[in-house]
Amino acid sequence: MADHQEPNDAGTDPAASPQQPESPERPDQSPTEDSAEPRAGTDDPRADEPRDDAAGEAGRDELPPVRWWTHRLPRRSAALIGVLVALLGFALAVQVNSNDSDQALAGARQEDLVRILDTLDSRKERLQQEIASLNSQRQQISSTEQGRAEALKEARQRADDLGILAGTLPAEGPGLSVVFSGGKDGVGASVLLDAVEELRGAGAEAMQVEGSSGGAVRIVASTAFVDGSGRAVLVDGNRLSAPLTLSVIGDGSTMQAALNIPGGVVDTVRQAGGRVSVRQPSVVQVSVTRSAPAARYARPVS
Amino acid sequence: MIALIALVVGVVVGFALEPTVPTGLQAYLPIAVVAALDAVTGGVRAWLRKEFNDKQFVISFVSNVLVAALMVYLGDKLGVGAQLSTGVVVVLGMRIFANVAAIRQTLFKA
Repeated sequence: MADHQEPNDAGTDPAASPQQPESPERPDQSPTEDSAEPRAGTDDPRADEPRDDAAGEAGRDELPPVRWWTHRLPRRSAALIGVLVALLGFALAVQVNSNDSDQALAGARQEDLVRILDTLDSRKERLQQEIASLNSQRQQISSTEQGRAEALKEARQRADDLGILAGTLPAEGPGLSVVFSGGKDGVGASVLLDAVEELRGAGAEAMQVEGSSGGAVRIVASTAFVDGSGRAVLVDGNRLSAPLTLSVIGDGSTMQAALNIPGGVVDTVRQAGGRVSVRQPSVVQVSVTRSAPAARYARPVS
Repeated sequence: MIALIALVVGVVVGFALEPTVPTGLQAYLPIAVVAALDAVTGGVRAWLRKEFNDKQFVISFVSNVLVAALMVYLGDKLGVGAQLSTGVVVVLGMRIFANVAAIRQTLFKA
């Protein structure tokens, strides 16, 4: 096709100038070009490419220098081409613009949208899993924290309770103050022990006993009462002489009732000629402490 | 020359107005643009070889655009829209490359 046309072109150009000097490149040439060119046209470059190249190399040698800028077109075609190319530019710009913006999704194909949606869905799922795991982690941590605080509080409470029970901590609270004034036999260890047992049975939580001489002794589980010489009582080795004051923390009325039952402590002491006075002050101080012995043999089971 | 000016004018107008593409056309516009680019490069190539024919250019331009759009439409109807438009773009891209290669050979003789 190209070799068919280029001799034609080469033939017309020199031929036109001598024959028609006034109109060298005018539309009246186009009929011949029209008939020749469509075959070598713009439409099938692949088909004639190799031959085109070869022919182009060969043809250029024969042709006068390429003068494409002198190529003239009919005004109407030029306008039409201009409009088309402007349309192309316009569409190009519009497309570039709309691709820049988010609206690209609006015109996307269904399958593309489905794919995008799938991707987003799976991403959302992943993120939700992450949220859930982080949440549970946070919960775990906070519950651990809370549990630790709770355990600490409980341990403190327990230590306090045990300290009061073991006599290592001073205590105060409502309770009784019982004063034993001995008769001729004084107050025996058995009476004191009975009183302590009775009070414990009535819910006493902390006790101390104070003699008129010999100081005060905290009464705990291991406290021993022994009759001493001269109307005194040995409490844990401390010699206490009458009158003895027993300070008890606990439910006052219950303990009072326990002391006053017939045949009880108060009765016994009175029969022996002694006197017992029970007072119920608003606050009883059990201020004496003792050190807890370290267990040498017993170990906690846990 | 006119074509170049028209191209610039079109681009400028397109960027200046920033029109939104109708939803129905959005799948076709890029393919149509590529098809038109193919026609234009073919036209430039013919122009440089003094083979340019205005009628043929106009017809090839319009038919390129229409056929490309038609193929995309058909692909959408058949459910292979994405693949078919990819194919169209590939073919048109090859043609554009061939045209540009020819233009290069004509202009720089290399």
